[in-house]
Amino acid sequence: MTAYLRPTDDAHAIALRAAHADYLVLAGGTDLLVAAHHKPVPVGILDIAGRFAGISVDADAARIGAGTTWRAIATSAELAATWPILPAAAREVGALQIQTRGTIGGNLATSSPVGDGLPVLLALDATIHLASVRGARAVPYRAFCTGYRTTALGADELITAVTVPRPAPGTYLGWRKVGTRAAQSISKVMAACALELVDGRIAAARFGVGAVAARPIRAAAAEAAATGQPPTAATAAAVAAALRHDITPIDDVRSTAAYRLEVAGNLLARFVTNAGRAQG
Amino acid sequence: MSAPSGPVGRSLPRVDGVAKVTGAARYLDDLPLAGVHHGVTVRSTIAHGTFDGLDLDPAFDWSQVVVVTADRLAWGAGLAAGGFGENYVAMIDRDQPALVPPGGRIKHVAEPLALIAAPTKALALAARAACTPRQTARPAVLTIDDALRADVALYGDDNVFKQFLIRKGHADDDEFDLAMVAAAQIIEGTYHTGAQEQMYIEPQAMAAWKDGAVHVAGSMQCPYYVHKALKVLLGCEADDVVVAQTVTGGGFGGKEEYPSMLAAHCVMLTAAVGAPVKMVYERDEDIAATTKRHPARVRHRLGLDADGAIVAIDVDVVFDGGAYLTLSPVVLSRGVLHAAGPYRAPVVRVRGRAVATNHPPHGAFRGFGAPQTTFAYERQIDKAARALGVAPWAYRTRHALRPGDTTATGQRLEHSVGTDEILAAIAKVAGPPPARTGENAHGAPVVRGRGYAFYFHGAGFTGSGEQRLAGKARVVARADGTVAVLASSTDMGQGAITIFAQLAADALGLPPSAIVVPDPATDVVPDSGPTVASRTAMVVGGLVERAATALRARVEAWAAGAGVAGDFTARATAMIAAGVGLDAHGALGETVQYEPPPGIHWDDATYTGQAYPCFGWAGCLVDVEVDRDTHQVAITRCVHAVDVGKAINPVIVAGQIEGGTVQALGWAVLESVRYKDGKVTNASMTNCIVPTFGDVPDLETIIVECPYPYGPHGAKGVGEIPMDGPAAAVANALEDALGVAFDHVPILPEDIARALAGAS
Amino acid sequence: MTAPLTITVNGQPRTVAASPWRRLLDVLREDLGLTGTKEGCGEGECGACTVLLDGAPVCSCLVVAGQADGRAVTTVEGLADGPLLHAVQRELVARGGAQCGICTPGIAVCAAAVVDGGACRGGDARAQVRELLAGNICRCTGYQLIVDAIVAAAADVERGQP
Repeated sequence: MTAYLRPTDDAHAIALRAAHADYLVLAGGTDLLVAAHHKPVPVGILDIAGRFAGISVDADAARIGAGTTWRAIATSAELAATWPILPAAAREVGALQIQTRGTIGGNLATSSPVGDGLPVLLALDATIHLASVRGARAVPYRAFCTGYRTTALGADELITAVTVPRPAPGTYLGWRKVGTRAAQSISKVMAACALELVDGRIAAARFGVGAVAARPIRAAAAEAAATGQPPTAATAAAVAAALRHDITPIDDVRSTAAYRLEVAGNLLARFVTNAGRAQG
Repeated sequence: MSAPSGPVGRSLPRVDGVAKVTGAARYLDDLPLAGVHHGVTVRSTIAHGTFDGLDLDPAFDWSQVVVVTADRLAWGAGLAAGGFGENYVAMIDRDQPALVPPGGRIKHVAEPLALIAAPTKALALAARAACTPRQTARPAVLTIDDALRADVALYGDDNVFKQFLIRKGHADDDEFDLAMVAAAQIIEGTYHTGAQEQMYIEPQAMAAWKDGAVHVAGSMQCPYYVHKALKVLLGCEADDVVVAQTVTGGGFGGKEEYPSMLAAHCVMLTAAVGAPVKMVYERDEDIAATTKRHPARVRHRLGLDADGAIVAIDVDVVFDGGAYLTLSPVVLSRGVLHAAGPYRAPVVRVRGRAVATNHPPHGAFRGFGAPQTTFAYERQIDKAARALGVAPWAYRTRHALRPGDTTATGQRLEHSVGTDEILAAIAKVAGPPPARTGENAHGAPVVRGRGYAFYFHGAGFTGSGEQRLAGKARVVARADGTVAVLASSTDMGQGAITIFAQLAADALGLPPSAIVVPDPATDVVPDSGPTVASRTAMVVGGLVERAATALRARVEAWAAGAGVAGDFTARATAMIAAGVGLDAHGALGETVQYEPPPGIHWDDATYTGQAYPCFGWAGCLVDVEVDRDTHQVAITRCVHAVDVGKAINPVIVAGQIEGGTVQALGWAVLESVRYKDGKVTNASMTNCIVPTFGDVPDLETIIVECPYPYGPHGAKGVGEIPMDGPAAAVANALEDALGVAFDHVPILPEDIARALAGAS
Repeated sequence: MTAPLTITVNGQPRTVAASPWRRLLDVLREDLGLTGTKEGCGEGECGACTVLLDGAPVCSCLVVAGQADGRAVTTVEGLADGPLLHAVQRELVARGGAQCGICTPGIAVCAAAVVDGGACRGGDARAQVRELLAGNICRCTGYQLIVDAIVAAAADVERGQP
C-alpha cells in the first residue's frame, strides 16, 4: 500500500519531506506521471500540489512560488508588465491541460535539457529558493542544475520559490521556442535573453539556451561577444559565431545537431538585432 | 446548388452526434464484458531472423496467466474438432503468420511471437515483461534498393510482391523510347515519400468470446475481411464466426487489414483461457507494430514538345511493402493507375513494383498509393511550367484532361469530369499571391510562396473489382414503423450511417429519423464490400437507394391494390400486418446487388480500359511562409476545391475534405515515422507527431458537384482525394518561396536548412 | 487494503477504494463506469482523457487518484444538464465538429471550461480556440468545424443561451 501524504501547509510539507526522503514528491505530475500505469509504484507519495504557490512582485523582484502553475504564470499581468518572457514561455509549455497542472518548481526539479521554463530563468538571472528542516538557502539556477537531469536539491529539500530581479531600465528581453510543431511540442531549440543596453551598447548580456546541451545553460562565449558591443548586425553575427563554443547539440529523434547549432545562433543573433531596433 | 426538396443535400446533424458529444457512445474498451481477460502480445525485437523459443522467468507467478505460442495450438484440426485451421492472417496471400511459431522465421520488428492473457491488464503486462523471446538475427533488408538487389530473399527470389506495367500509345520499350527522344525537353525527377502513421485516436481494439459461435467485436473498417481471415484461421464455416463492428474511433485505412491480426489473437487466447478476451493496444505498440502508408520512390520523366504539350510520360514506382504482402498489390495498383496524372499525354509508360523489406508491413492509408504518385507528378507538372516560363495554374488549365480525352489506361472520359469547374473555382478565389518577403511576430525575416496542385482520384474499386465484390445492401420495413438499412459499411467517423439514413429516407419519402442503421455484424448485414476506396457513398449508397426504391415500389403497388392510404410507413405497416410479401424470416425487405454501369470494360492482363467507374477531381492552393531564422514553415492559406459529384450531406463532405487536407499537410511538413534497423524509433504520440489546432490555418473548402450519372443523386467518392494533392502544393509553394526544389516529404525545417546551406 | 478516496464527480460525492497511485482516468472508467473519458495515448499528448479538476482542464492520464481526493471532477457525462446539452456539445453536433467521436469528449470538456470562462470571443476568437484547444488532437476533422462550433458556443454562452 502506497502511503499518500498531503501536507496541510508549506511548513508541514517541509517537515514531511524530512521524514520521508524516499517518497516521490509530486507537484503537478505532468512529467512524473507520464505512463504512470507502467511505472513502479512508489513507496510513498508526498503531494505538494497547491503548496508554495503564488506570485508576488515588489520593487526589486518577482517571487514565484514553486507550486505556481504555468497557467498562472501565463496569465499574470504583473509578470507580463515587467518580465514578459516568463508568461510567453509559460504559454508554450505543452498546452492548456499541461499548463493547468505543471508547475515552475516541477520544471526546475526535473531540469530536463528541454524544460521549457528554464532558459528564461537563466536569462532573468533567477534565484532558486530551497528549504528543509535544516533551513533555507538560495542558489542561482546555474548552480542548481548540475548536469543531465541532476540538481543540487538535497534529499530532504523542497523548492519553495523562484525570484527574478527586476531588469535594469533599458533591458531587452527575448524568448523563442522552436518546437516540433506549433503547440504541444517538445523543443528542438530554445533561447532567451536579457540584454542591458546603456548608451547604445550592450552593457550586460545573459543568454539562456535549451535543448542544445545536456542541461539548460548560459551561453558564456556568446555573452562575452555581445558585452560592450552595439546591438548591430555585426555583433549579432559575432554572437552567433561565439555560441558554437558554448553548446554541444546532438542528433536525436526530434532534430539534428547541425540544425540546432545553426538555429540557436540565429535566435541569439535575432535577439541582438531586435534589441537594436527596440532601442530605436 | 438549388435548395434540396428531400433529405439529400442537407447538412443534417450526424445521427450518432449526440451520443458522441455526451460520452454515451461505447467503443470497444468501453463495453462491459463479464469475466473478460486482457490479452497482450509478445513481439520480436529483431528485423529478420529466427524465433528460437520463449523463456519464462521462473520467479514470476504464472498461476493466473495463460501463455500461447503457435506450437501449442492444434493447427489443421479445425474449429469443430476443438482446434484451428491455418496459422495465417488471410488477406490476399497467406504469407503472414498470426503468430510466428518457435523455430519459425521472424520478418520484422514487433512481429507477434506469443500471446498472454490474464485477469487484469496490469498482470498481463507484468507477465509480458517476464517473457524473453530467444531470437537469432540475420541480415535484414531495410531499403528499397536492398530489396531490389535481392541479396537477401524475403519473397520469391526477387523480393517483388507485385508488379504492373501500363503502356499507352506504344507497343514496347523501343517504341516508347522513340516517343521520348522526340521531346523538345524532358523534365526528370526522383521523388521520395515517407511512411505515415494513421494515428486514429482510438488504438486498435478487439474482443472475442464463445457463445455457440465464435464472436468477435471491435474497432474495424471491414467486418467481412475479419470474417474471412477467421474462417481460415479457425478452419470453420461462415456461420461459426460472427464479426461485429463497434463504434470506431478513426480508421483512415489503418483498420482495414490489421484488425484481422487482433481478431486472430483474441480468438486464440479465448480458446486457451475459456473466457472472453480483449486486446486494446497501447499507443507505443500501435505505432510500432501496425501498418502505415507505404514509403515510396517514384522516378518520373515528362517529355514536352516545343509548345509545352506532353508527348510522353515515363514513371517508375516502387513501394516498400514491408515484410508481408498484405494489401500491397492493390495499394500499388492504385498508385500506378494515378501515376500519369490527369493530363493529356499520347504516350505513357508506368512501371510499378511493391517490394519486400524487413519493415513491419505497410498497408492501407487514405489515398491508398495515389498520394505517393500524385506528389511526384504534381511536382513534375510544376517543374514543367517553371521550365517553360508558364504560370503553373495556366499550364494545368491548358493540359488537364477534359471529356473525350483518355487516361493512361485508355479510359475515355465521358461524364462527370470536374476539370473546368475545379480550375475555375480555384482561379476565382485565388487572389494575388502573398508579398514575397516580410517579417513575423518574432522579428524574423520571412519569405513567402504559393503552390498549386491539380489531381484526380478514381472512386470505387479498380477495374472489375466492384463486379467481383458484388456488394449487397438490404432495406427492411419493420412492424414498429421504422426502416432498417442493412449494410456492412462501417461508420468510423466519416458519416456513413448518416448518409445512408438520408438516402433511404429520400427514396422512401420519410424523415431520416424513421431510418435505423444497425451496427454491422456479419450475422445481421449482408456483405456490402469493405469500407474503403471512396466507395461507400457512391457504391453502397447507391445500393441503399436502389433497395429502398424497390421496396417502396413493392409496398405502393400492394397498397394501391389493397386500398391502403398514407405514407410509406403506414402502408408498409399494413402490409406487414397483412402478412403479405414477407420473406422466410417474416421480414418485408429488399436486397439488391451491385450492377456495373453499362459499357464498363477492364483488362487485368494489359491494365487497359476503364480503371474506375468515375473520377473525383480536385485542386489545391497553398500559401507558405518560411521563417529564415528557424526554417519553420507556416501554412498561411489552403484552398481546396473537390468535385464529389453530389454532396449528400455538405457538412459531412466538408469534414471529409478538411480532415483529409490536414492529414496531407501534416504528411507534407510534420509527420514522419523514423525507422532504425527496422524499428520505429519515434513510437509515441510525443515524437510521432500530427498537426494540432495550432498547426493549420482556417481552411477554405469548396465543394464542386459534377454528378456521376450512376451514383446516388450523382454522388461519387470523397474520402481519399483530399489526401492526394496538398503535399505537392506545399512543396511547390516552398520552391516558389525559396527557389529550391524539394522532392520528398515530409519537408522538415532540418531539410530546408540543409538544402539552403547546400544551395548557398 | 486501500484507504477510500472521496471524489466529487459531476456533482456527486463518490467514494472509491483505489490505490492513490491509480490514474484518475482508470478510476473514472473502471471503478466508476464513466467510460465517456477516453484514453488515446497515456502520455498526456492527445487530450482525449481531458476532465476538469476543480474546474481546470487536465489530462486524467496525468493525474493520480490521490491528487483527486477531496476534489471535484467533471467528466463529459457531467456537461449536460439532463437532456439539455452544454452549448459546446450542441454546437459540435450542429456544425459537424464530431466525426469518429473518440477525441470529442475531451474536446467538449476542455472547450466547455474555456468558453464558460469567457474565452473564445471577440475578433481573435478563432485564434484563441486554436491556442487553448491545442492540447486536444483530432485526426478526423482538420479542426475547422470544431473551431466553428466552439466559437459559436462561446457566442451562445455570451448571449446567456444555455
